[in-house]
Amino acid sequence: MHKHPALIGLMFTAVWLATSAPASAQTVKLGVVTTLTGSNSLLGEHMDKAIRLYMEMHKSDLPPGVNVQVITRDDGGPSPDKSKQLAQELIVREKIDILTGIVWSPNGAAIAPLATEAKIPTVLMQAGASANVTMSPYFVRFSFGTWSAPYYMGAYAAKHYKKVYIAVSDYAPGADSEAAFEKAFKEGNSDGTIVGRVRMPLATADFVPFLQRARDANPEAIFVFVPAGKLGASIMKAFGDLGLDKAGIKLIGTGDITADEELPTMGNTPLGVITVSHYSGNGDRPANKAFYAAWKKAYGENSIPSFTAVHAWDAMGGIYHAIREQKGKLDPDRTIELLRNYKTDDSPRGPIAIDPRTRDIRQNEYLREVKSVDGKLVNVELEVVGKMVVDPWVEANTK
Amino acid sequence: MHPHISTFYLASVRVRAAELLPWIVALAAFFLFPDFLSLGARILIYILLVLSLDLVIGYAGIVTLGHAAFFGIGAYTAGILSAHFGIKDPLLQLAAAGTVACLVGFGTGLYVLRTSGLTLIMLTLAISALCLEVANKATSWTGGADGLSGVTIAPILGYFRFDLWGKTAYLYSLAVLFVVWWLVRTLLNSPFGASLAGIRDNRTRMEGIGALVNRRLVQVYSISAGIAGLAGALLTQTNQFVGLNALGFELSGEILVMLVLGGVGRLYGAFIGTAAYLIAQDQLAKKFPEDWYLGVGILLVGVTMFARGGLLGALDSLTARLRRALKL
Repeated sequence: MHKHPALIGLMFTAVWLATSAPASAQTVKLGVVTTLTGSNSLLGEHMDKAIRLYMEMHKSDLPPGVNVQVITRDDGGPSPDKSKQLAQELIVREKIDILTGIVWSPNGAAIAPLATEAKIPTVLMQAGASANVTMSPYFVRFSFGTWSAPYYMGAYAAKHYKKVYIAVSDYAPGADSEAAFEKAFKEGNSDGTIVGRVRMPLATADFVPFLQRARDANPEAIFVFVPAGKLGASIMKAFGDLGLDKAGIKLIGTGDITADEELPTMGNTPLGVITVSHYSGNGDRPANKAFYAAWKKAYGENSIPSFTAVHAWDAMGGIYHAIREQKGKLDPDRTIELLRNYKTDDSPRGPIAIDPRTRDIRQNEYLREVKSVDGKLVNVELEVVGKMVVDPWVEANTK
Repeated sequence: MHPHISTFYLASVRVRAAELLPWIVALAAFFLFPDFLSLGARILIYILLVLSLDLVIGYAGIVTLGHAAFFGIGAYTAGILSAHFGIKDPLLQLAAAGTVACLVGFGTGLYVLRTSGLTLIMLTLAISALCLEVANKATSWTGGADGLSGVTIAPILGYFRFDLWGKTAYLYSLAVLFVVWWLVRTLLNSPFGASLAGIRDNRTRMEGIGALVNRRLVQVYSISAGIAGLAGALLTQTNQFVGLNALGFELSGEILVMLVLGGVGRLYGAFIGTAAYLIAQDQLAKKFPEDWYLGVGILLVGVTMFARGGLLGALDSLTARLRRALKL
């Protein structure tokens, strides 16, 4: 064997040829650009897992003879130039029919001109910056817009609190959340005052000084926005250490501070925290129960799906709908037409629909409270504070 | 011949046949791999950036961990000109980006180059962190963390449009790289280049013979910053978008890795290191989307253990050994 490196190469080639499925005329190619490496890979991993799970469970939903081939690429995090290159290759080299994935808003923004030029229907599974969906007529968003949750939190706060303090992470989504919350708060209650505000550096994990300042301003509630993930636990720790709950100050925020998958790491401090989000793992709906059970069966009892997993799940529902309606022969404009009119009552998050005008998702925003159920902390949905709503910024800024 | 400094690459003012190899390969790749041109353009842009880094690290001995700052400044200059001022001509943007980055390099160089060693590294790092924070905060200009979109680029010379397949982007980047390579090569072959090598190898002696050490360093630092700025502008133009990562610390580290991989102070180390790194990354990431970093890591460990001077260094010692063998 040592004398025949060419032979070994030939063998590898043969194995590779044998394992890569031959592309038939009825193969729909789905390109996925997501984040599977780096320090922020959790959401991308959930995206990937949800896509696979959906495909595994919906094989029979495809028209006979049609199959879906997924081609996944890792963008490694917020890196617009790399994601654009990957998307470009998926389009020109792999000749994909639909592009999806996309965790980061800047990456989505970089891909937008490409989607427009190549007429590639692009289904956003995250990319929450409100403006993102407006950037290409071939973009459809199945996740959420950053303005939505803080806006409806603000509207709720206006009814219950007169003095509110705002603490948000110091980057674009933080600034958006602050603006959205404040707008709804002022609209809802002209007597309400923002008694103080602070922008917290993204890199910090110690929130004690910021929440201490908030406490000194003596508000009834503190509205907090930090990016989903580990920072939620740090906020809770600071909140508990300072005894703000005992001082009668309420912690409110977007679902990011009490993300389902992070709650088990937070102790009991989050009990009673009020948030607004479009998805809760505890949501009492048959579709959600089925989704949860399927996820746990596939990925283990301790794996808790994040909201991104649900976005990906629903996006796949939309994509499969477009494939079925066209019997596997996809035309870009027809695909967009089908996607922008897509609706279902069977999402884990309740009823959802794509708004035909903005191509953004229309969904319920739920008011939730952290409660202990069977000894585990969960987000319990209390009421629908935004019924089948589109992100308010997108609503106002789409021509 | 000193083991870690190679004079071979600059021994002749005339261009040797081997030096044409990168350009032949680049042109051949254009025709052979029409589906890989957007990766190709990215490689060419990063070669330009790594070349600018080699100029300061390899030739002038200025160790910096903040070179992405100039790349980002160039990228944002081109982007802001297009998005806010409606200046969409790519060559005009290129000139402006190079000039702005060069001026910032001059301004900061005047200050930071008085130091050396760890202090210098920390200062370059600090400057790059400052630039990143400015870009993050000035959202009305830069788009902050969301990135600067709405960048449109006019066709080059009014004729060559940036196309979906990346043909224009590739040839355009190649042309810019060629011109810069020629200028850098000429510069390094001049007395100026010789004085840089002198400063790198023995600063005290250069001061002793009356060379204007600090002035030389500021000059080369500014030139290098300008080249990094050009690379940044190319990135903006081929992507029609600028993100904060163009200024990030990670990028500064990554380009250093590419340079070390190729070989420091060898002019062509930038070419071979960058191409090897990005192609390996691209291929590994496609085969193993979840574990490809491991492959890149192994590659780097291998190079640092077995080929100290990078890939070109390994080639050098191989040819040297071959020559000795032939003489026997």
